[in-house]
Amino acid sequence: MWDSVKDLLVILIASSLINNVILSQFFGLCPFLGVSKKTSTAAGMGAAVIFVITLSTAVTGAIYKYVLKPLDVTYLQTIVFILVIAALVQFVEMFLKKFVVSLYEALGVYLPLITTNCAVLGVAITNVQKEYGIGVGIVNGFATAAGFTIVIVILAGLREKMEHNDVPEAFKGMPIVLLTAGLMAIAFCGFSGLL
Amino acid sequence: MSITGILTATLIIGAIGLFIGLFLGAAAIKFKVQVDEKEEAVLAALPGNNCGGCGYPGCSGLAAAIAKGEAAVNACPVGGEAVGKTISGIMGVEAEESVHKVAFVHCKGDCGKTTLDYEYTGIEDCRMLSFVPGGGPKSCNYGCLGFGSCVKVCPFDAIHVENGIAVVDREKCRACGKCVEVCPKNLISLVPYDAKHIVACSSKDKGPVTMKACTTGCIGCGLCKKVCPADAVTIENFHAVIDQDKCTGCGACKEKCPKDAII
Repeated sequence: MWDSVKDLLVILIASSLINNVILSQFFGLCPFLGVSKKTSTAAGMGAAVIFVITLSTAVTGAIYKYVLKPLDVTYLQTIVFILVIAALVQFVEMFLKKFVVSLYEALGVYLPLITTNCAVLGVAITNVQKEYGIGVGIVNGFATAAGFTIVIVILAGLREKMEHNDVPEAFKGMPIVLLTAGLMAIAFCGFSGLL
Repeated sequence: MSITGILTATLIIGAIGLFIGLFLGAAAIKFKVQVDEKEEAVLAALPGNNCGGCGYPGCSGLAAAIAKGEAAVNACPVGGEAVGKTISGIMGVEAEESVHKVAFVHCKGDCGKTTLDYEYTGIEDCRMLSFVPGGGPKSCNYGCLGFGSCVKVCPFDAIHVENGIAVVDREKCRACGKCVEVCPKNLISLVPYDAKHIVACSSKDKGPVTMKACTTGCIGCGLCKKVCPADAVTIENFHAVIDQDKCTGCGACKEKCPKDAII
């Protein structure tokens, strides 16, 4: 019992901080750079990503275990996962619009944006490669998405501060953001001593 | 891979696709959200070509804003008065008076009237040309370049380059303002459809410079200002401007203009 809890904790920390989805795996860079201008929108995007990744890891895990594996067609995982994730996001959007309007409005345009986010597919495939079960896979998915949220909110905060700084002409705009992201990646390397 | 492998893969993807399709279809019916009836009716009344001229993301965005009362009922520049009236009927609000406007290119210096300083062979796009020496090959620095950036951007096929200058088809133009935005020379503006007389030149050069560059350029001589009985003409930067609110359409300025720059 305690061993499995400990394992889950290790996965939580490893996926969210040490093997951070953005800063060490380079998944989901487009929302990372695109939706990190304001902390509030970044937090909204992060919430949407946590929501979708946790759900999609559950569904893709189940499909892998009960459909692809028994039929011996695991090589179809990428295309099937893409299909399933896209459909899932659509479904979640419909469901939220009907039953949880406040959340639907809070997530807004970010929800459909995630359909094509590679972080979602990346987690699903990592789960398969590491041979996680469905439950562990969900924990891994949640941790990865939490890591995404942490990093995007930090970057958004930094960008808000940088607005008022005197940035050299050549570095204005995207270059300084990418430099910041690089420094953040180096800083996150510090977490590798955690486990 | 054997043929059975291909068939299995096709079947599995097909089956999953079919399942997802049915599932989403069922969900769409089950979770159908009652959209505001007004919003649907407004959306149906809008032109539906999603040009973005109103400033909202597409017609559905504007429909939602109108239904919420955030946008004016005649906010659609394309539909103009007719659509504004329909929507005001739906919303039960009086439409404010909206003037039917069309785009107008303030230049008539076509190939016969202006000269070329040099031959330009490069990317055929006005925005590109504004970076080349002299702001384009035409001797007039303010004139229409005639490479048709406005033509490409027009969603209604209402603007065309004829004999080296852009000309707006007044009947087709819906005043969405895309060409106004794209023109690097800022030659195009929205004018009232029934404007009687407009100065078809944008040259802000001094008279002699304009005179050299184009046979029909406004030289800012001020004859139109003197002759106008309604005091509607002003001269700014060696260039006449007609105030459409004051213009009575008598045509005295057009007759007097020595350069035939007023239409």
